[in-house]
Amino acid sequence: MKVTILQFPGTNCEYDTQHAFEALGAKTEIVWHKSETIPSDTSLLVVAGGFSYGDYLRSGAIAKFSPVMKAVAEYAKNGGKVLGICNGFQVLTEAGLLPGALKRNEHLHFLSKHHHLKVVNNDNVFLKKLNKNDIVNIPIAHHDGNYYINEQGLKELYENKQILLKYSDKTGADKNPNGSVDSIAGICNKEKNVFGLMPHPERAMELLLGSDDGIKMLEGFLSA
Amino acid sequence: MKAIVNVSLKAGVLDSQGKAVKHALDSLHFEGISDVRVGKQIILKLNETDADKAMSDVTKMCEDLLANTVIEEYEIEIIA
Repeated sequence: MKVTILQFPGTNCEYDTQHAFEALGAKTEIVWHKSETIPSDTSLLVVAGGFSYGDYLRSGAIAKFSPVMKAVAEYAKNGGKVLGICNGFQVLTEAGLLPGALKRNEHLHFLSKHHHLKVVNNDNVFLKKLNKNDIVNIPIAHHDGNYYINEQGLKELYENKQILLKYSDKTGADKNPNGSVDSIAGICNKEKNVFGLMPHPERAMELLLGSDDGIKMLEGFLSA
Repeated sequence: MKAIVNVSLKAGVLDSQGKAVKHALDSLHFEGISDVRVGKQIILKLNETDADKAMSDVTKMCEDLLANTVIEEYEIEIIA
């Protein structure tokens, strides 16, 4: 199992992500965004969190034109598994690999805290180790996490079971920290091989640090 | 010539910054404001001398990069 992690100027979660996947027994490689190819033995490609290109213009807007992104699109088109975390999610929506967009948080504040999430669909490789309606406790850290999609797009997300996670309280009741449409925290594409979420499962690997619920999430990819 | 591009959130997409600015103006007792939208302005200096060509070039720039048309709309003004 080889996890390839992309690094843009401004990415800052690549080493946490590397640590998390290596703790689960995966081999990892960090690939600089100037690369026009991704390693051929890649079984999961992660677009890690951070602030690619300083979030200039819009979060993820400039990163989508980095040389490596052509290879990412090609990899995804051929069924390769792609996971975008936080800024990675923003990059994947900007690149058109995931539907919708991430807007400034409704209350305009940067959020950095643990938040509960409810599993909405688990019939995908990412969340298959979890059950529907399971509650996980995962850190969020973002300014532009307010997920937007139009009504028609939202209908399609529901119909195709593309909604992965919704923000909730610890009982699973709706709790929306940032104004996201229907409290959506993570989605996947129709083909269920490209995943994006604002919360950081790679930061929830140790009980000592508040939660190890990220293990069950990331493990889904390892047993694929 | 110069191109001035104004990018703002589409009508119907909640503009939280606009709302906050309106709230601040209201609290300063500026009256008669029914809505505030906050956008951004991008000013481009172009070598192009043909206004139509400049317009079509800048439109492509907006579609590809300057605006995210999922949530934003844009207006272009070409100045000779």
